[in-house]
Amino acid sequence: MLITRKTEFSASHFCRNASLSDEENRKLFGDEARFAGHGHNFVLEVSVEGEPDPITGMIVDLKELKDILEKEVVGPMDHRFLNYEVEPFSKVIPTTANIALEIWRRLEKQFASARFRLARVRLFETPDLYVDVVGQPGV
Amino acid sequence: MISLTRRYHFPASHRLHAAQLSDAENARLYGKCNNPFGHGHDYTLQVTISGELDATTGLLAPLARLDEFVSEKILRLFAYRNINVDVPQFASLAPTTENVALVIGDLVRRDWAEFFGDLPIWASRIHIQETDRNGFEVFLPAPEREAASDERNERVMVHA
Repeated sequence: MLITRKTEFSASHFCRNASLSDEENRKLFGDEARFAGHGHNFVLEVSVEGEPDPITGMIVDLKELKDILEKEVVGPMDHRFLNYEVEPFSKVIPTTANIALEIWRRLEKQFASARFRLARVRLFETPDLYVDVVGQPGV
Repeated sequence: MISLTRRYHFPASHRLHAAQLSDAENARLYGKCNNPFGHGHDYTLQVTISGELDATTGLLAPLARLDEFVSEKILRLFAYRNINVDVPQFASLAPTTENVALVIGDLVRRDWAEFFGDLPIWASRIHIQETDRNGFEVFLPAPEREAASDERNERVMVHA
């Protein structure tokens, strides 16, 4: 059984590889490569898999899930410039995929329970673009 | 596993009519969708790609290339078209959303290597909606890994 909680954070970023030319960066990342940066209202859906506790009827305490998302993702990333203020994005290009992977890594540690596990991180950069990380990313 | 989904929009018209059935049966089966003059929708198409991130870019694929692929191979055929009349695959195939999803899946698979043959990614899912009340999904299998085919070639060589 899956339970999904949604949250949002707004942040700015740019996507470029310093070892590539401006032209190559533009070709790879389009307007995302503009050095001054730009922002998105990121929407994050986090799915947890498990069975309801026989006593509480809950897979995971939603308040606890909300607190984890606040502590690991929304607190550190909301209204921040990801490249300058949130690690590892001083070294890792904050593409939607890399942000989703980083969120997976941050959350995975918090879900070390016998009864439930992190099943999916879905990150929308815009309503028309999202990335899913499912199971063990292994990348 | 990591995957990326991009959503596209296109308007098109169609008429649901199965050539093998009588007019009365078609009218009963498809109802309003069998209207002889056809009707239109604003379709929403989602294309999901899966595979390995490029270490240099942190991308599965440059989005501009994905947009160009979908625009050239899919949207060009369907956007502002009458699907029954303008899309050859539907000359004798009822353009239900199911069939539109399957045909788009076939088109994506057919032309994938031309645009993305250099990347370790594949189109894993097609999702299409005529309206926001109904969604249809086709899941596309991962292609055989190149390593697997190399291994097979090697086995053949050893055997020879």
